[in-house]
Amino acid sequence: MNRQVSNPISGPHTHSEQDTGKVMWTVLLALLPATAFGIYQFGWPALFLWLITTLACVVFEAMSLWLARKPILPFISDGSAILTGWLLAMTLPPWAPWWIGVLGAAIAIILGKQVFGGLGQNIFNPAMLARVALLISFPVEMTLWVNPLPLISSHAPGFIDSLLITLHGFKIDVYSGASVMGHVKTELSNGKTLSDALSQSYDATALALGFVNGSLGETSAVLILLGGAYLIYKKIISWHIPLSMIVTTASLAILMHGLHPERYPGGLFHVLSGGLLLGAFFIATDLVTSPNTRTGQLIFGAGCGLLVYAIRTWGGYPEGVAFAVMLMNAVTPLIDHYVRPRIYGHTATGKTLSYSNKKLARVKQAGEK
Amino acid sequence: MKLFRFRGGVHPESHKQATGSKAIEAMPLQKRLYVPLQQHIGAPAEPQVRIGDQVLKGQLLANSQGAISAPVHAPSSGTVIDITEHTAPHPSGLGVRTVVIETDGEDRWQDCQKTINPFELDADEISARVGAAGIVGLGGATFPSAVKLNLWKKHPIYTLVINGGECEPYLTCDDRLMQERPDEIIDGIRIMLHALHAKQALIAIEDNKPDAIERMKVAAHLFDNVTVVVVPSRYPMGSEKQMVQTLTGLEIPAGKLSADLGVIVHNVGTAYAVHSALRQGRPLVSRIVTVGGGAINTPRNLEVPLGTLVSAVFDYCGGFGESPARLLMGGPMMGQLLPHAEVPIVKGSSGVIALTEAEVAINRPRPCIRCGSCINACPCGLLPLEMAARSRKGDLQGAVDYGLMDCIACGSCSYVCPSHIPLVQYFSYAKGELAARRRHKQKADETRKLAEVRMQRMEQEERAKAEAAARRKAEREAKSKQEAVV
Repeated sequence: MNRQVSNPISGPHTHSEQDTGKVMWTVLLALLPATAFGIYQFGWPALFLWLITTLACVVFEAMSLWLARKPILPFISDGSAILTGWLLAMTLPPWAPWWIGVLGAAIAIILGKQVFGGLGQNIFNPAMLARVALLISFPVEMTLWVNPLPLISSHAPGFIDSLLITLHGFKIDVYSGASVMGHVKTELSNGKTLSDALSQSYDATALALGFVNGSLGETSAVLILLGGAYLIYKKIISWHIPLSMIVTTASLAILMHGLHPERYPGGLFHVLSGGLLLGAFFIATDLVTSPNTRTGQLIFGAGCGLLVYAIRTWGGYPEGVAFAVMLMNAVTPLIDHYVRPRIYGHTATGKTLSYSNKKLARVKQAGEK
Repeated sequence: MKLFRFRGGVHPESHKQATGSKAIEAMPLQKRLYVPLQQHIGAPAEPQVRIGDQVLKGQLLANSQGAISAPVHAPSSGTVIDITEHTAPHPSGLGVRTVVIETDGEDRWQDCQKTINPFELDADEISARVGAAGIVGLGGATFPSAVKLNLWKKHPIYTLVINGGECEPYLTCDDRLMQERPDEIIDGIRIMLHALHAKQALIAIEDNKPDAIERMKVAAHLFDNVTVVVVPSRYPMGSEKQMVQTLTGLEIPAGKLSADLGVIVHNVGTAYAVHSALRQGRPLVSRIVTVGGGAINTPRNLEVPLGTLVSAVFDYCGGFGESPARLLMGGPMMGQLLPHAEVPIVKGSSGVIALTEAEVAINRPRPCIRCGSCINACPCGLLPLEMAARSRKGDLQGAVDYGLMDCIACGSCSYVCPSHIPLVQYFSYAKGELAARRRHKQKADETRKLAEVRMQRMEQEERAKAEAAARRKAEREAKSKQEAVV
């Protein structure tokens, strides 16, 4: 049978403006403010790391496409590799050495994405896979937090010094310190009370604006919120995952804080510090690795929020966003299997719909003016 | 009136401004008309004329065959010069039996049976006349209208819904018809209400047609049982399932008809055709066609005699300013791709559209990024991405499990897909393949049954032969015994 004849081009013969490339570039645009702020406040090394990581992702993507004999240019230009590299860079310590970025890019693109078959086929968020692999393999380099040294400040390293930092890494010195989350976790485990731990490090306004140490692009809550709001406005993501994730973490924190005020930090602390906001708006919402249905997304977001809180509070690491998102990524196929929309004309269980006489009376009510 | 929202849907750019304000003009009569004998769903009509016959406008050319079929009439007066295969307005480019008429230019009607008061006729008589006039669903589905008018016998009908949604981009034929001939439409609606024994008619018009709404309201206000309902402009509002849901909040149960809910849906063009058939006794021999698309020089609405070649219609509209990337019959969402323009206008031709490359926005399909846009756009609650993935792998049962058979092929999913995946194409393939397999299985079952019957018959014959032989042997032995005794 000649399938060409029996299956000619079917409609629609027109298309909306939407396009994979456009989706990716819109996300990049949304990331720009928080990234620019990160680079401003952590200086040249941050810029180098961001460039290296993103570029490395593009190179590894091109290599993989070449090996798989896929067309390189059309796939590179969809922006997905750039997005992976960019997101990964945002979650790295801003003064991390170059090889952290390159290795992370290799893990993200080769192991996280191309091994599964490329764009759309991966189970785990490639950037998070790389971050988790780096964190477990290189715990020292991955937890060296430089204090903010804005480009304009006199202490900021110059261009050449910055290149050396990126090439050789930097040693713990006056410029570095624990992140707020790490500090609080250490102090609490040393038996101190929360108010003691917080008094030295916690300033909600500084956290919200981002004038604290932390990952390259995770510090400014306000700018991440701005980017996230833009994505929701552009309908690239829906509010379901971010909201359910943030609300879940925050309510657990508020609940636990209410029970033991000196043991557990409150809701605002959890929302503003670490990578929760970046994770909620930019990482958990990754289209490929999150559920397809709105209901599924609510479940996924809540799961992420729960795991974030559990890992931060009772786990071995001060931060848990990457682990939480990856664990929920693994559950996504299951959620998509069970949570499906109801089909028109069927009941939720798939039987043929039947109406009571009362419902059928609506046909008569329909004409009433 | 309270309206209900259907799930999903999309808002394609309407492109209706080019023709929405242009009055219907008559398409000049062409020298030759190519009238296909199948312009409807169901069995093709059987010719009642021979080559060389003189025919008058409205004269029966071919009669309907079987329960679901429709007759075909001469769109103008002239001579039948051929009855042959001619390319049908279908993407396959295959031929269909066609009566070719050489027109005499006089456009002379046959004597028509006019009815002063159709409300004195009983329901059977009305549906018989609608059937005899060759009226089919003019929204594009082309289901014989008389069959739907008879449904009241099985299901009590409360509401007649008149579909003036016209949600397809570019098309304005129904919009213009409602603006220019509202009284005729209302008359047709009232005749159908009478025939269906229905209580009320709801004329649903999308809110992007304010003039049509205004005119129809004025025409309807004399009649308590006819109401104009303004519905939101959202594709696929004009789909029967979604329209019934919007008006009643009820879904047509799977595998059932809207009549099961006490609702029948007809298009405004159909209502107009019913009016002409009953009041003037005129069969369906022309229709309003929107000629549009960016490639057309002068887009307009034409009343076109059926059988007029699309190429002539394009020429009359000034031809192409830019070479068209695709020629379509119907709108760009669900319309059929035309193999070329040498195909006739038929009863279902709501529009002929010549789209430019930019309008078609052809793009190479990319991998699915599981964004779920298709799921959110699907008005039926399906998972298009999963159905397509399974259809592509040839896992047809998997596609069916995800709801393939509930797909109305509206194309909302393909329209929004950022990866430009031709989802509807996969579904058409899967549906076609399933139908082919079903036919194949039926054939195999039939063959097996026949073979079994044959086996049984042969066994029986064998047995009968053996018995007969035994009998003969016994007789012979008995005889020889007798002879021996003698």
